[in-house]
Amino acid sequence: MVEPATIALLAGLLALVVASFYSLTIQWAELFTANAVRSSLEFLRGFAPPELAWPFLVKIAEGTLETLSMSALGTGIAFVVGLGLALPDSGRFGAVARALIRLVLNGLRSIPELVWAVILLIAAGLGPFAGTLALAVHTTGVLGRLFADALENLPPAPETTLRINGASPMAAFFYAALPQILPQLMSYTLYRWENNIRAAAILGVVGAGGLGQMLKYHLSLFQMQQAASVIIAMLLMITVVDGTSFWLRRRLTCN
Amino acid sequence: MILNAASAHHPDPAWRGRITAALVALFLLWPMLIASEFKPWTLLDAQSLGSTWHFLSGFFPPAHSREFLLLMLEATWQTISIATAGLTLALLGAIPLTLLATKSLSVSLLESGRMRLAGAVIRQGARWLLVLLRSVPELVWALLLVRIVGLGPTAGVLAIALTYIGMLGKVYAEILESSEAHATQSLLKNGSGRLAALFYGALPASAAELVSYTTFRWECAIRGSVVMGFVGAGGIGQRMDESMKMLAGDEVFTMLIIFVLLVACADLVSTFLRKRLA
Repeated sequence: MVEPATIALLAGLLALVVASFYSLTIQWAELFTANAVRSSLEFLRGFAPPELAWPFLVKIAEGTLETLSMSALGTGIAFVVGLGLALPDSGRFGAVARALIRLVLNGLRSIPELVWAVILLIAAGLGPFAGTLALAVHTTGVLGRLFADALENLPPAPETTLRINGASPMAAFFYAALPQILPQLMSYTLYRWENNIRAAAILGVVGAGGLGQMLKYHLSLFQMQQAASVIIAMLLMITVVDGTSFWLRRRLTCN
Repeated sequence: MILNAASAHHPDPAWRGRITAALVALFLLWPMLIASEFKPWTLLDAQSLGSTWHFLSGFFPPAHSREFLLLMLEATWQTISIATAGLTLALLGAIPLTLLATKSLSVSLLESGRMRLAGAVIRQGARWLLVLLRSVPELVWALLLVRIVGLGPTAGVLAIALTYIGMLGKVYAEILESSEAHATQSLLKNGSGRLAALFYGALPASAAELVSYTTFRWECAIRGSVVMGFVGAGGIGQRMDESMKMLAGDEVFTMLIIFVLLVACADLVSTFLRKRLA
């Protein structure tokens, strides 16, 4: 039995889809003409063989290291700042501070890394530093919110007991709350780090360092073979990170 | 217990361990700080402060002329429609690939306990195709497609379609495989076709999960389509890129506000859809 409201909803969705295709005026014809197919094939053929000269591979290795460093530092900074902001956000310093910080965190979180990178380029200049900051800012929003939720869901008894007996708020937090949630915080952080490695790989497209910057550079010079190597390096890096984290997770959950 | 008394005054019981850990971490981080050119003091030099101040002071008041807001409305709609059209194409591509990749729909596996060779090869091939499609970041697809089909929303739609075929296909297959297999298997054993087995067996059991994952992905596609605008794939991202290049702070601020609202709305709509359809 389907309710009328559900039918209306489905009709609305269908209308959204139709309107989307209608308003975009995608050039289907141009996509599938013999000419278009030929030029796309030519474009793709330009990628083979990937550039494998030793000096270029060294450059790629440096780019990969830069990408990994950006993601690790960005996540590290976000961990510290996020934890700092999660304290007021979990209502430990009053309702006003909580509402205010929650607003800030939501703002940080809903603007993606790449947009932050574009904005931060003005202050930090071209290069990986802007990328690191962009990752840190966005991840602070994400982690701050997750940490605050974790802190709010914590059984309050241990901390309250300390507070009633005269401990200061920070002391109560360090003695009672932190030991309980630290494993959870770490697992959130590692998960975000994994995400940030992917993000760091593409931030360079707007000039914020790492492999993405190399990709953009070689593509804009139409050096397709170099671009192909960079893309392969990205794929390898992402695969290795995914594999490692899958393996770690299985190890951690099995024991 | 003198030592204990001394440390009892410190708010953090494990501060020694924490500080040691922090120092070790800093030591390990050192090469990373160098590799990523981590120089916070560059933020504070006069030139950087000047340009930041100049840019930020342009933020107020946000741009709100009539033409600009109309332009924004158009760009926002374009972003939404790129995401919607991309996801629709992704669905069209992902469904057949899911059918190929799902193990529990294998007839030969049921009959003999082993997949036929041809079936296994096709199934593995479909899986690898899905892995390839989703491993390349959507922004990279967009960057390449912009060079093939030219600047504009077509590249964005195709980039979302390609990446999301990979994601949807993988997760759909996982959902179908983890659903209760009994109904599907008895249908297949009694000679029903694969599609019929899917529609009457696996699909009803996992429909809610499939719908909720798809709406979640739609939300992600909206974020993605904003980001892809920065490489020239249309929508509000492309407008933001243009305004950034002209350092028009007031326009950028308006777009940031629109963007935050857009993400919040997409979040609300997708939560609503999940509740309604699930």
